[in-house]
Amino acid sequence: MKKIYTRPNALKDTHFHYCPGCGHGIINRIIAEVIDELGLRGKAICVAPAGCGMLIYNYLDIDTLESAHGRGAAVATGIKRVLPENLIFSYQGDGDLAAIGTAEGFHAANRGELITVIFVNNGVYGMTGGQMAPTTLKEQITTTTPSGRNPVNAGYPVKVCEVFSVLDGTSYLERVAVSSPANIKKTKKAIIKAFQHQLNRTGFSLVEILSPCPTNWKMSPLEAFKWIDEVMTKQFPLGVIKEVK
Amino acid sequence: MIEIKIDQERCKGCSLCVEFCPKKALFISEKLNMKGYFVAAFDEKKECTGCISCVLVCPDVAIEVYKN
Amino acid sequence: MKRLMSGNAAVGEAAILSGCTCYFGYPITPQNELTEYMAKRMPESGGIFIQAESEIAAINMVLGASVAGARAMTSSSSPGISLKQEGISYLAADELPAVIVNMVRGGPGMGNISPAQSDYMQATRGGGHGDYKTIVLAPSSVQELADIVPVAFDLADMYRNPVIILGDGMLGQMMEPVEFEHIKKTKDYPKDYILTGAENRPSRMVRSLLFDTKEEEEHNWKLFRKFQRIENNEIRYETYLVEDAELVVIAYGIAARIAKGAIKRLRQESIKAGLLRPITLWPFPYKQIRELAKTINDFFVFEMSTGQMVEDVKLSLEGRGHISFYGRPGGVIPTPIEIARIISRHYYKSQKVRKS
Repeated sequence: MKKIYTRPNALKDTHFHYCPGCGHGIINRIIAEVIDELGLRGKAICVAPAGCGMLIYNYLDIDTLESAHGRGAAVATGIKRVLPENLIFSYQGDGDLAAIGTAEGFHAANRGELITVIFVNNGVYGMTGGQMAPTTLKEQITTTTPSGRNPVNAGYPVKVCEVFSVLDGTSYLERVAVSSPANIKKTKKAIIKAFQHQLNRTGFSLVEILSPCPTNWKMSPLEAFKWIDEVMTKQFPLGVIKEVK
Repeated sequence: MIEIKIDQERCKGCSLCVEFCPKKALFISEKLNMKGYFVAAFDEKKECTGCISCVLVCPDVAIEVYKN
Repeated sequence: MKRLMSGNAAVGEAAILSGCTCYFGYPITPQNELTEYMAKRMPESGGIFIQAESEIAAINMVLGASVAGARAMTSSSSPGISLKQEGISYLAADELPAVIVNMVRGGPGMGNISPAQSDYMQATRGGGHGDYKTIVLAPSSVQELADIVPVAFDLADMYRNPVIILGDGMLGQMMEPVEFEHIKKTKDYPKDYILTGAENRPSRMVRSLLFDTKEEEEHNWKLFRKFQRIENNEIRYETYLVEDAELVVIAYGIAARIAKGAIKRLRQESIKAGLLRPITLWPFPYKQIRELAKTINDFFVFEMSTGQMVEDVKLSLEGRGHISFYGRPGGVIPTPIEIARIISRHYYKSQKVRKS
C-alpha cells in the first residue's frame, strides 16, 4: 500500500482541541508538513501565543515555548539572537500581534529580526469568547461590538502586512487564507517561502493567514470558508505584499 | 485503487471534506464517536481520484490516503 | 588593579565577567550608564546587546535568551521594573534563570530620578501576579555591587529563578574604585530544560499554562518547595558592632551605609549602637534578627521609604523588642550626621522610659 498522504511526523499523536472547522488545525498541520519537508525538526523552535493557538505546543513535535500574550516576537528575538542557526517562528493571533503585541511585532520587524511570524487572522478573540479583535471588519458583530464594529468608536481593521511593508527590516510578507484546497496549498508555499527568507538571512518574514472561526462567527465551517473568500478578502486582499529578492 | 482512511476519533464532523470532495465520495455517517460527533465516512461505491482535497481542508488531520 | 567606576558601569563589567552574554535594556534614569556600558562592551566581548522598544520587550527578550540557554540580564529603574513584572512572573513560572537590576528611584508614578528604597515590597513579594518569589540582593557599595553580580547569576542558574539586584539611584551613579580580578564565571550549570531544537532528542516545551488545576496546584507546591530551599540556604546579611550593642539599627543598601556612618558617630558619643544589614532581602534574615532580640531590646529601622522593610523586621521579632522607624521617602538622602542625631534622640528617650 503506497502512501499518498499520511500525518506529518512533526505532529504529535495528540488530538486537536480546536472547535470543528477551525483554521488552526489546518495551519498547525501545514507547519508540521513544512518542517518535515524542509527537514527542520531538529532546528525549529516555535513560540506559542496566548489564545486558542497556544496549545500548538501540544501538537508540534518540536521545541516550543509559550510566551505571554503579545510578546512572541520579543521572545523569539531573544532566542534567535542566541541561536542564530535555528529556525525560530512565533505563532500569533490577531489580538496577540495587532493589539497587545503591536510594539513587539513592529519593532522585531523593524530590526529585521531573522524570525518568522505566523500570523493567524480570524478577526475575533477566539478563546475568550468572540470579542472584537483589531482585525474585526467594519459592521462585524462580536460580543463587544453587539451592533457591529463602528469605526467612530472602535477604529478600523488593522492591516498588519501593509503596515509592516513600509519597514525596511521586513523581507517577506504574504497574506493567504485557509479557505479552500487551492488557498491551503498557497498557504503552505507562503510558509516555505517565509522560512527560506529566514534561513537565507534576508530579513523579517511574516505570513498572515485568514483563518475561519466558525464558532465565534456563528457560522457552519463551510459558511466560514465562504465568508473568508467573499467578505474578509475584500478588506484583506490576498497575495504577496512584499518580497525582497 | 485509492483508499481513504478516516480516524473516526479525530473527526469532529465539520463536513468540510464532504463539501470539498469533487467526486462527492464522502458523507457524514450515522456513527457517533467518543467526542459525540457524527463522523465523516468514505463511500466505497464512489470513485476516488486521490486529489487529497479532503486532506487539505480537514482541520483535524483525521484523513490519510493510500493507493493499493 | 582598581578602576574608578560608577555602580551602573560596574554591574555591566561584572556581568560580562560572570558569563552574561545577553543584555536587553530600555533607557531610564538613573540606570542609563549600565545600558550604555553594555552597548559598548557587549559587542566587544562577543555578546548580544539590544536596545528594546520597551521594558516589556526587554524582559521578554531576556526570557527568550534564557530559554535558549544564555546568561541574560536586563536593568531598569522603578517605573520600568513595574512594566517588567509580567515577564518576571513568567520567568518564575517557567523556572528560567535571569538577572534583573533595579536602580530604584523615587515613586510612586513617575516620581523622580533620585535614589529611593520604595520598591522593597514589590521586589520581595514576587512583584507580579501569582504565587512566586524572586531572590533579592541588596548591595551597599560599588564594589559589593560588582561582587554580587556573579552571585546573582549563580543563584539564578542554581534555582532556575529570576534574581533581582536591588540598588538605587545613588548606588548606580556614584563612582568608587572597583576591583574586578576575582570576578568570573565559576561553574556551568546543567541545562537540560533549554530549547535548542529537538535534534536527536525528544522535543521539549516550556510553558506556564496548566489548565488542569491539579497540575497547576502541584506546580505551585513545587515552586514553593524550591523557595523553602532558598530560604534555608541563601540568607545573607552583615552585622557591624552588634556584639556589645544596646541598640541595633536595621537598614539595607545605601541606607545601611549611611547608618554605618551614623553608628561610628554614636560610638564616639558612647552610644552602643550596632547594625544588621540584610543583603538578601528575600530570603530575609528573620531568624538572625529574632536571635538578636534575645539580648537586645532596642531596634531602629531606617529606610529611604515610608516603611516597607520595617514590616519584615516586625515579622522577625514576633512582638519581641521595641522597634522604631525613621524613613525618608521621595528621593531624599539623609546624611550620617542627621541619622546619628535621630538615633541618639531616640536612644536617650528610650533610656528615660526605661529608668522611669
